[in-house]
Amino acid sequence: MIRVILPQHLRTLAGVDGEVSLDDQEQPTQRTVLDALEASYPALRGTIRDHGTAKRRDFIRFFACGQDITLDSADDPLPEEVASGAEPFRVVGAMAGG
Amino acid sequence: MSRVRLLVGTRKGAFVLTSDGTRDDWNVEGPLFAGWEMYHLKASPVDPGRLYASQSTGWHGQVVQRSDDGGKTWEPVGNEFAYDGVPGTHQWYDGTQHPWEFARVWHLEPSLTDLDTVFAGVEDAALFRSVDGGQTWQELSGLRDHPTGAQWQPGAGGLCLHTILIHPDDPQRMFVAISAAGAFRTDDGGETWRPINRGLRSGELPDEDREVGHCVHRIAMNPSRPDVLFMQKHWDVMRSDDAGESWHEVSGNLPSDFGFPIAVHPHEPDTVYVVPIKSDSEHVPPDAKLRVYRSRTGGNEWEALTDGLPQSHCYVNVLRDAMSVDDLDPGGVYFGTTGGQVYASPDGGDKWTAIVRDLPAVLSVEAQTLP
Repeated sequence: MIRVILPQHLRTLAGVDGEVSLDDQEQPTQRTVLDALEASYPALRGTIRDHGTAKRRDFIRFFACGQDITLDSADDPLPEEVASGAEPFRVVGAMAGG
Repeated sequence: MSRVRLLVGTRKGAFVLTSDGTRDDWNVEGPLFAGWEMYHLKASPVDPGRLYASQSTGWHGQVVQRSDDGGKTWEPVGNEFAYDGVPGTHQWYDGTQHPWEFARVWHLEPSLTDLDTVFAGVEDAALFRSVDGGQTWQELSGLRDHPTGAQWQPGAGGLCLHTILIHPDDPQRMFVAISAAGAFRTDDGGETWRPINRGLRSGELPDEDREVGHCVHRIAMNPSRPDVLFMQKHWDVMRSDDAGESWHEVSGNLPSDFGFPIAVHPHEPDTVYVVPIKSDSEHVPPDAKLRVYRSRTGGNEWEALTDGLPQSHCYVNVLRDAMSVDDLDPGGVYFGTTGGQVYASPDGGDKWTAIVRDLPAVLSVEAQTLP
């Protein structure tokens, strides 16, 4: 099981409380986790990544195991702890403004 | 007795205000979609239970919500607004060319006749149509592909398509307005468009009566006389008697002819409402007095409506989509302010009452008359 923690607005939009659970993946990456997330919750399409280009939206960051992995390649393997479900993959709305 | 439902979009969520036909007592529900910018909500004239809402944030972009039960429940529908073909460029603030980039939906206009058809006016300026209740959107690219498209330049609020008027007798005819490109009309259901800006004069432009480049803030019509249009331009209140073929100024005795919204009385097609604002650099009411101005003569002669509105120390603005009228008799007029007040006048503007005073900044108000 892969665990994903969404920011509040996206939890509301997806209609979920707390964490989201996705099926196991052999070697999960940012791209495969987000693909699976959007497939399970179509309302999230376009709110984390742009339609078509799959480019990350500017004020979205990704964290795993306490590390900011936003700028890693979308196709890099995620840490084993995320693959095993020991740690969540976190989608974070970046702080902006004053 | 008929009822009224006001759909109020704000910077931090949507609110639904309802009243019976007396419009004396109001029930306030919300916020819906708390924390999101709600640029516009509007009901289908075909089914009063069908509502559409434009929801966005800088973090998560655009979402479109639909309700089929008058706003009790909502579901997110399609939010993919892909420009048709290779989008090309338009003019940027500094005069250079800039790629067309989708930012948000400013205005949703449901079809007058088909429940599942709805139009969306977006930034960067384009018109989209959905024929499946908002699930998918297709650009009507004949508008943006007009030969003048590369000359269109954003206003201070962005290059936004904010006004969509559907001709009630001729479904092939529609009007749209874009800041700061101007007004456009189609006579073939949206396939082709042409600018309808003859008579507009904008001193900010090097060529002040050019074909496009005018910062039109809002256009309004009375459905009983749909080829007579009233326009609040950046500066100037304008009128067209020939479906936009030509315009003439009707600012008359207004204390300022700058402003954003304009509305026409539901039963009196020559009764028009505007909210004068001091200037484009200050965006506050003249003399710190919030006054709606009403013309009963189709423009030129205006009277200040002040009963119930703050007449000192008032520094709010009223945005372009934040004024609406109902269909009751006598006709009601409503508007919301950037200070969070929503004012109602059930007697055509003679007296005003604040339904609520402390909402987030109001972006839009749509009045819906219910059976």
